[in-house]
Amino acid sequence: MISVNENKLEWKNGLSVRDALNACKYSFPLVIVRVNGEHVSKADYDNYLIPDNAEVSVIHLMSGG
Amino acid sequence: MDKNIENLIKNQSEFEKEFYKRNPPGAFEKLKARSVGIAGAGGLGSNIAVALVRSGVYNLYIADFDRIEASNLNRQQYNYEQIGMYKVDALRENLLKINPFININVFKVKLSPENISQIFGNADILLEAFDRADMKAMLAEEWFRITNKKYLVMGSGLAGTGSSDALKIEIYDKLVICGDQQTQACEANGLIAPRVAIVANMQANVSIELLLGGF
Repeated sequence: MISVNENKLEWKNGLSVRDALNACKYSFPLVIVRVNGEHVSKADYDNYLIPDNAEVSVIHLMSGG
Repeated sequence: MDKNIENLIKNQSEFEKEFYKRNPPGAFEKLKARSVGIAGAGGLGSNIAVALVRSGVYNLYIADFDRIEASNLNRQQYNYEQIGMYKVDALRENLLKINPFININVFKVKLSPENISQIFGNADILLEAFDRADMKAMLAEEWFRITNKKYLVMGSGLAGTGSSDALKIEIYDKLVICGDQQTQACEANGLIAPRVAIVANMQANVSIELLLGGF
């Protein structure tokens, strides 16, 4: 089991960041993803594999400044 | 100018002693030795810069390619007569009026993956102060490609009025996000001085804590 923000998601072998974003229906493109505190580059969403029990943070960026 | 003030300014160390007399003990000496980058000199960036200089930060790297428009004056630290100036030039001018002894390095460029490392590579910490969310995302992507040791302090979710208690600070290892993480700057929400300045000051405050070794 992993956590993605406030959601719990069943872990499976080979679960990528992209899989987790899709499973949680996070389609907004302007996000920052961190797995156990580590930054995951957008280019790595398909091949970065999430370990079991990971804490995934998906931070939505809002315009304004 | 009053003779006493003139003498005070002539003597930098006397001036500093007086200026930072009300700071927390030892804060000024530590902050003076560090360097801070600010990406953007708009609502967040101009307010951040003022707060940092008043706190004792002496070395700043500030980048923004934009010029001041009348629509900036509702929340940005510029004045009527500065309309049309490059924001970084006007900010430099305003900050030097607060403390003439600081070092401000300004860059009139649009920040991109090609120049971020060159501009902010010497900064001990970077504060994100863009308006556009895609630029915020680009900066985070690039900063953490360059380093996983230095903090990035971002502002996200500061549009609209009121709801001061919704503004918070979330820390994800070396990434700090200040704001409500929800309100988007759109026509219905707008952006107004106090809410933008609160988030800018949250960013400045957490950065000072980090620079002083509070984390």
